[in-house]
Amino acid sequence: MTTKRNEESIDYTGKKIGMWFFLFTEFLFFGGVFLLYSIYRYRFPADFHQGAGEENLVLGSVNTGVLLTSSLLMALAVAALRRGRSRLSIAFQAGTISLGAVFLVIKGFEWGAKIAKGIYPNGPALLRMSNGGILFFGLYYTMTGLHALHVAIGLVLIGFMVRDTRRKVIDERNFARLENTGLYWHFVDIVWIYLFPLFYLIT
Amino acid sequence: MHLNTSRENAPRIAQPGTLVIVWAALIGLLGLTIAVAKLHVTSWSVVLNLLIATGKAALVLVFFMHLRSESRFVKVMLGVTVAALTVIIILTFSDVWFRR
Amino acid sequence: MTEQKLESSFYKNEDGRRGVAAWLMSTDHKRIGLMYLGALLSFFSVGVLIGLLMRLNLISPGRFMNAQTYNELFTMHGLIQIFLFIIPGIPVAFGNFFLPILIGARDMAFPRLNRLSWWLYLTGAFIILLSFFIEGKPPDTGWTFYAPYSIRTPTNIGVAVLGVFVLGFSSILTGLNFVVTTHRLRAPGMGWFRMPAFVWTLYATGWVQMLATPVLAITLVFIILSRTFGIGFFDPARGGDPILFEHLFWAYSHPAVYIMLLPAMGIISEIIPVFSRRKLYGYVAVCLSALGIAIIGYAVWGHHMFTSGMSDTARVIFSFLTFLVAVPSGVKVFNWLSTLYKGSISLDAPLVFALSFIFLFSIGGLTGLVIGSLAPNLHVHGTYFIVAHFHYVMFGGAGFAILAGLHYWFPKMFGRMYNERRAKIGWLILFIGFQFLYFSMFLLGYNGMPRRYFDYPPQFRPLNIVSTIGSWILVTGLIIIFSNLIRSLFKGEKAPRDPWGGRSLEWRIPSPPPRGNFKKMPVITDKSHDDEAE
Repeated sequence: MTTKRNEESIDYTGKKIGMWFFLFTEFLFFGGVFLLYSIYRYRFPADFHQGAGEENLVLGSVNTGVLLTSSLLMALAVAALRRGRSRLSIAFQAGTISLGAVFLVIKGFEWGAKIAKGIYPNGPALLRMSNGGILFFGLYYTMTGLHALHVAIGLVLIGFMVRDTRRKVIDERNFARLENTGLYWHFVDIVWIYLFPLFYLIT
Repeated sequence: MHLNTSRENAPRIAQPGTLVIVWAALIGLLGLTIAVAKLHVTSWSVVLNLLIATGKAALVLVFFMHLRSESRFVKVMLGVTVAALTVIIILTFSDVWFRR
Repeated sequence: MTEQKLESSFYKNEDGRRGVAAWLMSTDHKRIGLMYLGALLSFFSVGVLIGLLMRLNLISPGRFMNAQTYNELFTMHGLIQIFLFIIPGIPVAFGNFFLPILIGARDMAFPRLNRLSWWLYLTGAFIILLSFFIEGKPPDTGWTFYAPYSIRTPTNIGVAVLGVFVLGFSSILTGLNFVVTTHRLRAPGMGWFRMPAFVWTLYATGWVQMLATPVLAITLVFIILSRTFGIGFFDPARGGDPILFEHLFWAYSHPAVYIMLLPAMGIISEIIPVFSRRKLYGYVAVCLSALGIAIIGYAVWGHHMFTSGMSDTARVIFSFLTFLVAVPSGVKVFNWLSTLYKGSISLDAPLVFALSFIFLFSIGGLTGLVIGSLAPNLHVHGTYFIVAHFHYVMFGGAGFAILAGLHYWFPKMFGRMYNERRAKIGWLILFIGFQFLYFSMFLLGYNGMPRRYFDYPPQFRPLNIVSTIGSWILVTGLIIIFSNLIRSLFKGEKAPRDPWGGRSLEWRIPSPPPRGNFKKMPVITDKSHDDEAE
């Protein structure tokens, strides 16, 4: 019976391509809602224009910068681990988690502001809007909500990586797990890279 | 047999300097995309911004996700995945666009 | 001798666990495969029972149930047979059991992920079944959950959809596991074009599972969001477009039929050569056609929507692509027939099921071309013609392939031989019942009887009676087949390592196989895996 260590140390390539394949499925998952967005934008260009114009560009831009920086920290965390600098890696991982949390807090503010104004699914202000406006905000909450959910999951995963790095379960010889977590995090970043222009910049 | 431990077959370890430069480029593109939106209020702005977004995504893919050191198969299947979504979008638009 | 065989087979518990835990916690692909098989066949039986109830109504509409109940029944029938049986189907049962063995590996690339897939399957199945029984009514939209009715109906749609979502996750992870396993764990010398054709179909299916299922997943999320938060993506009152739901839904559900069908064709590609003592004719073409079906099949989904209000442009494009996808299927059928030609035929039960697959699938496939043509489609869409078509391909096709595989691999999985005569009697009765049950539906549909209708005008009565009687005959056949297999589990002759003269790796190891499959990792050097017929 193979030991746990043995099972884990085999096939780094297999684990990595497995992660890539999982990201392909996520690409199609988000793709479905991007498809809906593109169709409704095609049908209600003016309403989408207006909806995007009401977004807080400062908060959106800051959030984009926050996520991009968190991606940098994540990449640095992997590099550090592979060089045997476990403590440095943990610091970078913690940094990533912090920035991810900042992202969620800012997003929470944005949602809160809208909800306070009555702009939420079935909310009073929303229902008074034109159909295009209702669809725009429906897509806004769905897409940013799904994205935020993935960010939150990512924070939990990186939290596990911090634990594993401290326990030396992963190190410069066994780093596939951290790399794969990094791949997931970068993917989440890429989704936001596309969400940002779609909801903040089409004015 | 194709099994291998992490030591072999792993891509070269990324240089921190390179990563920071890529990050700077990403922030730069972020600024560019905001400028395009605020300054050029034409219908091409959307296309331009999506292209810039694709540029940022490419930087993340290549430098942060080490796509360059991945096997050709993974790169091909990434293309296939993008093509799959593209086909779905195009075929759906063949309906939406041409409806009377 | 036999005691020793069982001792070292995978049936013996080795982890220090015992009883149910030893199985439910196992990561052994063979145990997982068998557990899936048991679950699948149990759910299938429930689905068949529901089908019998539906047919009972249709012999005398209104006598046994009201319309609401009928709607719930056909919804449950579809959900169970499709999501709990035929989509997981061959990959989770035979794929799990045999893929590692066929490529010369000890297990899947990710055994614990495999176990997670299994647990997710059980969870999703449980949630769907829950929706039939908890407070509120069972879903009544049909398994297709069309909006806006699925958003507005007060039945337990949310729960059912959640269950399907979980099942989808299970399916994605299974596909991922299979694809990575095929890439990474082939034995030395097992080149891509030395693998059995069945493995190629599992591989292609794995990609379809990964690239199509997520689209269903997001669509199900939309349903839940619409029902819970009133997000009106498909609600015309809120600017939404119900046809978009259909696009998203069928963008998965059409590739899904290839998830059902490709592995089935793979099994036929295994059985035909063995029982005609020939190499598979055109092996490379057969393998590549699996990829061809997967790729083209990705782009044909609009043929489910010709009458929904799509643009003419879209309809023409989808119809054309639909015709195109028939080509690689035809490639397989012709290669099977060429394999049989001048072969030394051994008409054992696996071959009998395989041959009837070809016959039934061809009928189903050809009628698919009728339905895929725009003008006839207007006439037969939403009628029993469609119901007949998909039962021919899904039941006559994939279902019979499962029965074929079950008999082919029964000796290997269970170490026993089944009774050949009873298997064939069961087959004959099943086959006859099948024709009465479903061929009458072609006639009914062609003459205008709509599907998913609780009642019908009197001129349709005679054929409906024929069809229902057919269902009773069919079930009798199934009972004979399965009681034969179950009895043989306990009383069958001990099976040799290779009862059929097979060429693939599973026939080189004991029946049933040991833990870890191979005492020594096989190295493939001989020609038995090389392609091309004599």
